[in-house]
Amino acid sequence: MSDQTTIKARSPFAEAFEMFRRNHAAVAGLIVLLLIVGVAIFGPLIYPGNPFDMVWAPFTPPGQDGYLLGTDYLGRDILSLLIHGAKVSLTVGLAAAFVTVTIGITVGALAGFYRGWVEEVLMRFTEFFQVLPTLLFSMVIVALFGASLTMITIAIGLVSWPAVARITRAEFLRIRELEYVTAARAGGVRNGGLIFRVILPNALPPIIVQAALMVGSAILFEAGLSFLGLTDPNVPSWGQIIGSNREYILDASYTVTVPGVAIFITVLAISLVGDGLNDALNPKLRQR
Amino acid sequence: MAFLKVLAQRIGYAVVLLIAVLVLNFTMINLAPGDVVDTIAADMGGANAELMAQIRAEYGLDQPVIVQLGRYIGRVLQFDLGYSYFYNRPVTELIFERLPATLLLVFSAQIFALVLGILLGVFAAQKPNGLFSHIVTLFALFGYAAPVFWTGILLLIAFSLKIPLFPVAGMRDVTIEGGFFPQALSIAHHLVLPMLTLGSIFIALYSRLCRASMLEVLGSDYVRTAKAKGLRPRDVVMKHALKNALPPVVTLAGLQFSAVISGAVLVETVFSWPGLGQLALTSILARDTPTILGILFFSALVVIVGNLLTDFVLRMIDPRVRGRG
Repeated sequence: MSDQTTIKARSPFAEAFEMFRRNHAAVAGLIVLLLIVGVAIFGPLIYPGNPFDMVWAPFTPPGQDGYLLGTDYLGRDILSLLIHGAKVSLTVGLAAAFVTVTIGITVGALAGFYRGWVEEVLMRFTEFFQVLPTLLFSMVIVALFGASLTMITIAIGLVSWPAVARITRAEFLRIRELEYVTAARAGGVRNGGLIFRVILPNALPPIIVQAALMVGSAILFEAGLSFLGLTDPNVPSWGQIIGSNREYILDASYTVTVPGVAIFITVLAISLVGDGLNDALNPKLRQR
Repeated sequence: MAFLKVLAQRIGYAVVLLIAVLVLNFTMINLAPGDVVDTIAADMGGANAELMAQIRAEYGLDQPVIVQLGRYIGRVLQFDLGYSYFYNRPVTELIFERLPATLLLVFSAQIFALVLGILLGVFAAQKPNGLFSHIVTLFALFGYAAPVFWTGILLLIAFSLKIPLFPVAGMRDVTIEGGFFPQALSIAHHLVLPMLTLGSIFIALYSRLCRASMLEVLGSDYVRTAKAKGLRPRDVVMKHALKNALPPVVTLAGLQFSAVISGAVLVETVFSWPGLGQLALTSILARDTPTILGILFFSALVVIVGNLLTDFVLRMIDPRVRGRG
């Protein structure tokens, strides 16, 4: 008996995992991402101290006097700022993606499931939010209601959900017509059960991919806000380091380029993972 | 006539959207704790309650919110966006002074990104597993992951500090005198780096989608027919395939206007480009409500106009859309 004939039936999850595992770029992205998460969690323990302390002469170049990444315009250790800032970037990224996905799924699921006037109203509502200039709107929210990390997270979530709502709605519109939904309905499953237990689990793959990408864009978004100075001044964040050292690029460009690399690598790793998930979860697209 | 009817419908809908934008922004700003008078008082180093009440009455801030909102919408419909507390000038004046710079940046970056993105996507799709295709994919990945303000700073360091090819900041050289052409040339010279920076995110997005869209179209029957009847490969790609691969790319570009404006705010800050972004940042920090509302209104207007333009471009290139109203 040849190998081909003995393949066991595997669960869709195992199959997706296998697909993901074979995608080297995605696995590399995942490893880098886990390393960054490790730094965010354990870094402050291994590299203690208040990152805002002025520890050495300003503009000490990287590698000199024991400061691996140098010091910034106030003589603060850039490595320490980056390590402590990782937590902020990742937390805000994840939390904002969670807010985004929650609002997006709710709006998209209701619109796609109930159709009719509910869909009409909700989709107009979504269009309205797509017209708002995202960064400007969240800048106003953060400036008016206080630049706390919670408010930044809410502000990012509030402007980013329309994409998720559109994808969710499209999936719901497609799946609600399928036979197993009709069967479940005929079997007496109520609307709530149909939405959450029958349709949503089957609509999840593209939403999961979108959610992964949302973490990346939320990190970029937070970096942009803190670059502009609209962040909690008492918590270090990557964008803030760039924003506050921006005037000194002529003398000390590393104060700006190095923190940017941290953001770049993190978002790159996340989008590699997102692409890997996309290939693994949407088998139809595999040929591309 | 059908065209005019659609146009009228779209414009009517746009007006409704804009009024909704006004209502939301106005309500949000009034929900926030504190107002401009608090900022003024803080700037003066404290003021007594009487004076603060007087200032509020002067600006009409003592009225109920709903009355203020009604008045505000009434005034906006007459193209009056109020008076800036911070700059002591009419808001429309402030905005019109800076809007051209932002529009120039936003539209040049969009068009640049679309043209280059489509070209890259088309070439990459010719040999989907070739070296060029991989480079485009890699570039798309990088373009998405790099924070736009960082890209801007890197370009600034490389092409205006290390190799002084382009100016560091601003929109024109004030020392240049003379007619239209020297001025335009100076603006174009200043525009290069900001446009490249802002465009980079979207080139990544468009080239990726265009590559995917082309690959799909190239595998379809009518392309095979066109090849089979002996058309030159270039004609097959440019005339038959591209035409059908474009609509999704244009649709995506239309959806990006809000993101382009967001990016523009950051790019303007990096290059000291005298557009709405900088005005927005200062007025937000100063709690200059009329100016903030005006900017939000105008940027929503730019997004809506951008969407309308996209719609008409789509109608031009895709006959299938024309049938739907």
